[in-house]
Amino acid sequence: MMMAVTLLAIITLVFGMLRLAPGGPFDGERDLPPEIEANLKAAYHLDEPIVSQYFRYLGNLIQGDLGPSFRHQDFRVNELIAAGLPTSALLGTLSLLLALSLGLSLGVFGGMNPGSTLDNALMGFANLSIAAPTIITAPLMVLVFSIFLSWFPAGGDGGLMHYILPSMALALPFAGAIARLVRAGVIECRLEPYIVTARAKGLPERRIVYRHILPIAILPVLSFLGPMAAALLTGSIVIEQVFDLPGIGRYFVQAALNRDYTLVMGMVLVYSTLIVLFNFLVDLAYAWLDPRLKGA
Amino acid sequence: MAFQRNRATQPRLQALGLPMTLLCVILGAALLAPWASDWGLQDIDWEAIQAPPSSSHWFGTDMVGRDLFTRTMAGARTSILVALIATSISLLIGILWGATAGYAGGRIDLLMMRVVDLLYGLPFILIVILLVVLFGRQPYLLFASLGAIFWLDTARIVRGQALRLRQADFVQAARCQGYRHTYIIVHHLLPNMRGPLLVCTTLTLPAIMLAESFISFLGLGIAEPNTSWGTLIADGTQSMEAAPWMLFFPGTLLIGCIWCCNTVGDRLQNQVSEGSHSLGKSHLRTPTR
Repeated sequence: MMMAVTLLAIITLVFGMLRLAPGGPFDGERDLPPEIEANLKAAYHLDEPIVSQYFRYLGNLIQGDLGPSFRHQDFRVNELIAAGLPTSALLGTLSLLLALSLGLSLGVFGGMNPGSTLDNALMGFANLSIAAPTIITAPLMVLVFSIFLSWFPAGGDGGLMHYILPSMALALPFAGAIARLVRAGVIECRLEPYIVTARAKGLPERRIVYRHILPIAILPVLSFLGPMAAALLTGSIVIEQVFDLPGIGRYFVQAALNRDYTLVMGMVLVYSTLIVLFNFLVDLAYAWLDPRLKGA
Repeated sequence: MAFQRNRATQPRLQALGLPMTLLCVILGAALLAPWASDWGLQDIDWEAIQAPPSSSHWFGTDMVGRDLFTRTMAGARTSILVALIATSISLLIGILWGATAGYAGGRIDLLMMRVVDLLYGLPFILIVILLVVLFGRQPYLLFASLGAIFWLDTARIVRGQALRLRQADFVQAARCQGYRHTYIIVHHLLPNMRGPLLVCTTLTLPAIMLAESFISFLGLGIAEPNTSWGTLIADGTQSMEAAPWMLFFPGTLLIGCIWCCNTVGDRLQNQVSEGSHSLGKSHLRTPTR
């Protein structure tokens, strides 16, 4: 229910913004003859009142149709998004996994020995990676790993090797943030009575960490995952540009500049749906990890 | 008790020193740069096109021979100014929203916080990008839209504080004396949440700074003849192979500035939540990129 309301809110907001803004999709460098412009507008139903355009869009949307692209002629928005989505999805998934695994391990190593040299070094790294925006780290990685060392391709699409640098660059700040959260969680529950009990009955350290500490220490990370998913998606706009990946992110700015109403709407919709879905999954995971929350 | 407290806060105050000092140095340099440099923002040194750092150009020059020190410091002024204005806007909205919800409580609170929950789920940077693209690159639009999307954390924290404070005896007393609600919020609630508000400020500033650099990097934010760190970094990436200093100097300053703000914010948050457990487990940091 909440999901539907959120999506409807963003559709309405973006729809309104696009139509209120000056300029239209057919304002080229050359003025079109008025008859042709009128015909074009009629073909795309742009001559109708805004309210009926809005409901027409919603009606098509319910049937899964995002409409024709105004600028990429002969393409439906569905096709454009379907072409770019696998790339973006792969990039996002890889970054998410990377951020989680890196952040969890850094956080646990730091949190199990708070105050040690290792802990200080790890947290220093985490803080630095949080402070370093991808607009700096991504080009820097290209410079070092592609141009100087030639370990990885500098850009383009083709095989998993092309995704390693981009997902590293995208994941790094989130890995840092996750490491901090996990570390705080580990430190908090490390000395709880049930951990002491687990240790007293002779459980191996590995099992204590995996079975007893992590499920609790990971809870703050879960609530961070929602905003993080949103930030990952927007971050991928820059990453796709720097690494020249053919995902959907690279369309966004261009589509907005072109006033390609349907393409912009489609992209915002895809992003919002992903975020809303992700938040829903996070809520489910919460209840699974911490049974006390099930009632709520 | 006093002794213990003192011991607990002492090292943190010392640790506040380094990032605070760095921030002041960056700010001071940015403000004083026009007098320290012989070059203007648009002055071209025909002898030194894309020259590496030297005694006459401390940070080198860019691809058309403009002094990079002057430009980086001008960028610093823009970036910091944008961050300050947008942060003020976000604080204003967040305080108004959060204090109203928390102080009113009950159904109003529930409804207002539901709106915040709903807004959390939206890809806001996309909306800012859309706004800037659709309505042109006016600076005031950038300030307002950045400020308008970063108030959610502030609202949540202020609401929590207001909820706690409205039960306090002095607030009840003020209410019994018949003071108006706005008076109570401004004179009794807000002064008592200075600590958390300070934390909000120090953690919103770097988030907005990041967002601004992100948008400028895409070529949508601050435009010529003005410049900002994001714009300079975008130029720097274009020519990082031939002129790495063009990326290095603005990049280092931006990272340094964000690191300092984050660190100061963290320490303050530790101190504040130590004092009152008021911030709870709400984690403010949501990097935006």
